[in-house]
Amino acid sequence: MSASTTLPAPAASPQPGKKKSESGALAAYLGGNMKQYAMIAALVVITLWFQFDTNGLMLLPNNVVSLIQQNAYVFVLTIGMVMIIVAGHIDLSVGSVVAFVGGICALMIMQWDVAWPVAVVLSILLGGIVGAWQGFWIAYVGIPAFIVTLGGMLLFRGLAIKYVGTTVGGLPSDFNALANGALPNWLGFVGNLDAVTVLIGAVAAGGLAVSQIRTRRELVRNDLRTEPFAAFVGKLVVGIAAVGYLTWLLANSAGGMPIVLIIVALLVLLYSFIMNNTIFGRHVYAMGGNLPAAMLSGVKTKRVNFLLFVNMGLLAGVAAVITTARAGSAVAAAGQNYELDAIAAAFIGGTAVNGGVGKITGAIIGALIMGVLNMGLSITDVTPEWQMVIKGLVLIAAVAFDILNKRRGK
Amino acid sequence: MANDTTPILEMRGITKTFPGVKALSDVTLSVARGEVHAICGENGAGKSTLMKVLSGVYPHGSYDGDIVFEGETCKFRTTRDSEERGIVIIHQELALSPYLSIAENIFLGNERARGGVINWAQTNRQAADLLKRVGLDEQPDTKIMDIGVGKQQLVEIAKALSKKVKLLILDEPTAALNDEDSAHLLGLLRLLKAEGITSIIISHKLNEIAAIADSTTIIRDGQSIETLDMHGAEPVSEDRIIRTMVGRDLENRYPSHTPTLGEEILRIEDWTVHHPNDPNRVVVDSAALNVRAGEIVGIAGLMGAGRTELAMSVFGHSYGAGITGKLFLHGKQVSIKTVSAAIEHGIAYATEDRKHYGLNLIEDIKRNTTAARLGKIARLGVVNSAKEITIADQFRKDMRTKTPSVDVQVGKLSGGNQQKVVLSKWLFAEPEVLILDEPTRGIDVGAKYEIYEIINKLADSGKAVIVISSELPELLGICDRIYAMSQGRITGQLPREEASQESLMRYMTMEKSGATR
Repeated sequence: MSASTTLPAPAASPQPGKKKSESGALAAYLGGNMKQYAMIAALVVITLWFQFDTNGLMLLPNNVVSLIQQNAYVFVLTIGMVMIIVAGHIDLSVGSVVAFVGGICALMIMQWDVAWPVAVVLSILLGGIVGAWQGFWIAYVGIPAFIVTLGGMLLFRGLAIKYVGTTVGGLPSDFNALANGALPNWLGFVGNLDAVTVLIGAVAAGGLAVSQIRTRRELVRNDLRTEPFAAFVGKLVVGIAAVGYLTWLLANSAGGMPIVLIIVALLVLLYSFIMNNTIFGRHVYAMGGNLPAAMLSGVKTKRVNFLLFVNMGLLAGVAAVITTARAGSAVAAAGQNYELDAIAAAFIGGTAVNGGVGKITGAIIGALIMGVLNMGLSITDVTPEWQMVIKGLVLIAAVAFDILNKRRGK
Repeated sequence: MANDTTPILEMRGITKTFPGVKALSDVTLSVARGEVHAICGENGAGKSTLMKVLSGVYPHGSYDGDIVFEGETCKFRTTRDSEERGIVIIHQELALSPYLSIAENIFLGNERARGGVINWAQTNRQAADLLKRVGLDEQPDTKIMDIGVGKQQLVEIAKALSKKVKLLILDEPTAALNDEDSAHLLGLLRLLKAEGITSIIISHKLNEIAAIADSTTIIRDGQSIETLDMHGAEPVSEDRIIRTMVGRDLENRYPSHTPTLGEEILRIEDWTVHHPNDPNRVVVDSAALNVRAGEIVGIAGLMGAGRTELAMSVFGHSYGAGITGKLFLHGKQVSIKTVSAAIEHGIAYATEDRKHYGLNLIEDIKRNTTAARLGKIARLGVVNSAKEITIADQFRKDMRTKTPSVDVQVGKLSGGNQQKVVLSKWLFAEPEVLILDEPTRGIDVGAKYEIYEIINKLADSGKAVIVISSELPELLGICDRIYAMSQGRITGQLPREEASQESLMRYMTMEKSGATR
């Protein structure tokens, strides 16, 4: 019989498991990060498939540049959308907001004689005001975001039609360069590569390496679980190779480094930092994961909700500027279905349907998958109706994969 | 009927493995016809798994061993198969649809219908008959959300009866019930026994088992340890069961503790709270209480007495509407109307429902630990993750939370360890007053002791602790002073020496008219 001991006895603690072999640990690690890698793998496979299918047209430098420029608005919008979905909401209005703000932006420049840089700033602020309007109803009145932004979808489309009317065109070329242009060739060429692009690429690769090494050191110092060393090195090498390849492509393109890529990259870095390292970001995840628990932990949920929608409005303002600059004109019908692009990118990128889980980098990969599909299907002469069918199926498949994967993990 | 001496159910050599874990190992269970058979065991011992094997939740083939029901070997593939044979399980989390009526719920999936069209007259008439049988005085068309948990439990049993149940399995049926409802439920089980229905009851409440069970099987670490005859020559003591459950002696279920009382920290006076959806309904009625540094004060009360509502209203008005009354901290009157203000003033409230209100289960331990006061480890809104890890790890060591690392998802921990994370979270907020609502609910015996030790340590470090509990022995075991609540009012307070289950129960059941103003 068991010896009689007084409690608390050192009860049989579930052993976390003996030290696994390095290869076993690697396999376990890869298994645990399925979702993350599956998304990247899907992107690579789709890209390579089109590359093969188009006899190398897909990854021609100029095509890669236009892939980035065409999808810049999705990247920008999906950053805000991920945050909103993680918090457990949705925003259906961003397409209409893009049309409205973009139209006002063009009017400011063309009819109200506002200098274009000032107009850009005012447009982004206008987006923020639109977001504050919607955030007020959602956060402080308590109307579900679905309803408020469905209303906003009609409201801002209507205002766009009212104020923009027919096309407002003839925008200055400096303004249009925000979306279509590249950084000037200040430093000449290295061989036939644009030197500015090479420099930026080198800085990016170096920054990636330094930040990864620092993060790992931090984990090791605190005796926390780290990924196996082989995986770490592998990931770093692949990451640097990817940056290098992209740099090479861009440096080979007609213009060099697209301005819009710089904007998107800075936004991704900024917002990833906000979501991972700030109190605000933590509160967003906490609310999405368990709203009552967040409230009872002192999270000011109304304020967080309000700020989330203000932020979405600001980003919609950025997307409006990019969209208007890309077209070189504003039309009331701009931004059609942009909300759906942003939402789809977020979900394909692994954001949980019920909130609480989601990463900005994931959504960017989601947006890239959609962008590559768009471009690849266009190059291979797939008709628009079939493109829609395929994209719809991809969205369902991505979320189904996520859900099935989770179920198996149980 | 009950003259048959062969067991109604025999489970032989049941072994069930999940990837990496052996949940059940060669378990044997024999249930006699017409008896009430209790199954005891610590959380995670395998009780629920065994019942899921029996009811077909885990289909035949996914486990080893035989199930013999009424002399026939059964191979259930779904719960439907087992229900057809008359085996019905009522899970801990009730499976009722809140917006449907009692009658609709009773016949859900088993509708009284012809050609897909529901016969409402038949549905409601038969439901009414079943409600009479279980002693529930409600109309069949009442919605589930309008009746209490105790009555919902009875609806579940009515639903089981509608399926011609022969073997009724109840998983922790009284966990969420007050004593009165529990007593009614146990009475009903006796009634059903007289009708020849066999029951298996899984319960943590040993006094209930002693009161109702004919035999008790104890499961520990996935193995059936022994089956006790509760009507044998020698009476079976609670300690005897506990000893077998935990596999060690429990010299004392509560750690001894001598309080060092300091000055008064929190006091409320004339505290009145109204229901948030019904401003005319008084939920807490001019309550007054105080707690001193180093003191552990208990609040006893039956379900619906207003204990949680009182605590949450004090915690930054997180419950209720039309809250009036005075709140003093260190003798100074303060107004605290938001949770964040309450936390800043040094009040913490650890909820009774950690899964729904206490923790973010999809987040890891370290992030849950710091959630209530992230500002402490942040500068200009940027969280210092390195500090966070160090702090969370220190709490892990102090609390002896069993986990390989603080970046494990909280949802993967056992109940006891989750509760330790909840406590860590509130200790990190550095409160002066810590309100613990049902701190040991759903936690096994060994872990409970550890939680009590932590509570004692908190009091010794000068904190004022308020413990709300439905288990009177627990309050008597750990509190220095106990308030009793009934119908929203504090009906009495007793120092530990004068308090007994009987004296507390008298206050807890005091009617409004009988109480002094």
